[in-house]
Amino acid sequence: MVTTTTAPEEARPSTPRKAGRKPKSRLPRSKLPYLLLLPAVALELLVHVIPMVVGVWMSVLELTQFQIRNWSEAPFAGLDNYRATLDFNGPVGEELLHSFWVTVLYTTLSVGLCWLFGLFAAVFLQRPFPGRSLLRTLFLTPYALPVYAAIITWTFIYQRDTGLLNELLTVTGLVDERPFWLIGPNSFWALLVVSVWKQWPFAFLCIMAGLQNVPTEMYEAAAIDGAGFWRRLKDVTLPMLRPVNQVLVLVLFLWTFNDFNTPFVLFGGSAPEQADIISIHIYRSSFITWNFGQGSAMSVALLLFLLLVTAVYLLITNRRREHA
Amino acid sequence: MRETAGERWARRVVLTLLTLFTITPLYVMLSSSLKPLRDVQGPFTWVPSRPSFQAFVDMWSTVPLGRYLVNSLLVSSVAALISVAIAIFAAFAVSRYRFRGRQVFSVTVLSTQMFPGILFLLPLFLIYVNLGNATGIELYASRTGLIITYLTFSLPFSIWMLVGYFDSIPRGLDEAAQVDGAGPMRTLFQVILPTAIPGVVAVTVYAFMTAWGEVLFASVMTDENSRTLAVGLQGYATQYNVYWNQVMAASLVVSLPVVAGFLMLQRYFVAGLTAGAVK
Repeated sequence: MVTTTTAPEEARPSTPRKAGRKPKSRLPRSKLPYLLLLPAVALELLVHVIPMVVGVWMSVLELTQFQIRNWSEAPFAGLDNYRATLDFNGPVGEELLHSFWVTVLYTTLSVGLCWLFGLFAAVFLQRPFPGRSLLRTLFLTPYALPVYAAIITWTFIYQRDTGLLNELLTVTGLVDERPFWLIGPNSFWALLVVSVWKQWPFAFLCIMAGLQNVPTEMYEAAAIDGAGFWRRLKDVTLPMLRPVNQVLVLVLFLWTFNDFNTPFVLFGGSAPEQADIISIHIYRSSFITWNFGQGSAMSVALLLFLLLVTAVYLLITNRRREHA
Repeated sequence: MRETAGERWARRVVLTLLTLFTITPLYVMLSSSLKPLRDVQGPFTWVPSRPSFQAFVDMWSTVPLGRYLVNSLLVSSVAALISVAIAIFAAFAVSRYRFRGRQVFSVTVLSTQMFPGILFLLPLFLIYVNLGNATGIELYASRTGLIITYLTFSLPFSIWMLVGYFDSIPRGLDEAAQVDGAGPMRTLFQVILPTAIPGVVAVTVYAFMTAWGEVLFASVMTDENSRTLAVGLQGYATQYNVYWNQVMAASLVVSLPVVAGFLMLQRYFVAGLTAGAVK
């Protein structure tokens, strides 16, 4: 996302800028732009930036249930909270590390599947055929549904005794004993399926938008050269989609890694150990143990990790784009 | 360019599987909402034994759904309108002016998107409580607080998408207006906005959907009076007897407005993404 604002000019031969030059405005240079930005800046400061700074500050306080009533007088704890949460041999750190790995697996699988589903749906809907716009509308519906309404429906599907999934499994004879889906080892897969179900339409939407910029002549030229489906995908579609993919994969990664809604609604406010992804882990360790200092330390560690991953990702993908 | 037989079959198989995957939960929601209670208490059935709209009647009294609905409507529409208004001005500044801090602004606003919500949930909660005590404006457990919170959630993406839209509007139009003596505000309202209507509408719907679907802050920042659908809907599941037919009926009802709005405007989203996101 960040690069799109810093380097918008490169690699976009197909969308010529109408003005042909950067907006060197003839409007008088004045205070006006700052005035226009003021409301946005003020609100971002109030809701995002200041709370984040406060959050970082809280992470170095000893802020447990005893101090929360008068949190401004909580004793300074230095890096104690970080030491406790990031000591992976201690109980708190061990659980956090477990949760981290669950989240890494969850995010990797979810982003990969969403991207694949989105890509193939978009590619196969490029060519006109009867019912195409109906399918496109249908595929976008899960994305439009309010998250909680969609996930509650999945909770119903996963019910052991009354749900659709176990009914399918027993009718087809795949299982004898109805398994539990919302507790135990199955819960991870249950969570993953829901995540893919509601997120892949976003990948589909972005890739579909990206494909509109691919001139059909390029496919025709490739077809004349005798390129089959996979060659066209590899040599035409994917290179043309690179700018879209760069942003899309990053956004999907951040959303999925920070995902709170899916486990929170699916499992009803908590999460089984096997599906204990990081946001809900932090939420629960903050509100159940009322140790907000430690919760904040975990959040800050999470933010630093995401910043690091994003920076490395942008560095690598930008370099590859430049060399391409 | 012809499609080979292999491609045609691949297309059919892939699209059929994706259709089944997508449609099954939607079907479960619809069919279960039409079931009498005993149908959802035993093993799952594909069709209601006796279709009835009883669940759509009962769902209003099992939990105070009406109040949640009004809260959600109010919070989401006000947040969406304010968010779009603010985004329009900000996007105009970024698109049409060069000024010190322009890059910093763009990058900072977008990077707020990657903050884990959990990181600023608790500080924000404490800030709202303290601001409320200091100024007398209720922010915690009030709809005002929710509106302010939610409108910032949609701001970054709205600004970003609108900058893309505004950038695609030829600057020649601005200049023509300026020659006619129009100031910046008249240029914005009479030249740029009318051309960018699809983008503005798409962004409004996006902002509404963001607020309508938010769960984390709604579950911490509301009390019984300001509770929104996101939290309220889970009320059915905490009962001893889960009225799944009513849960599905309520889910259907709260989904309809946003799904209809989104699907009607889907081509503007694609256009907006092409203009903004894909750059």
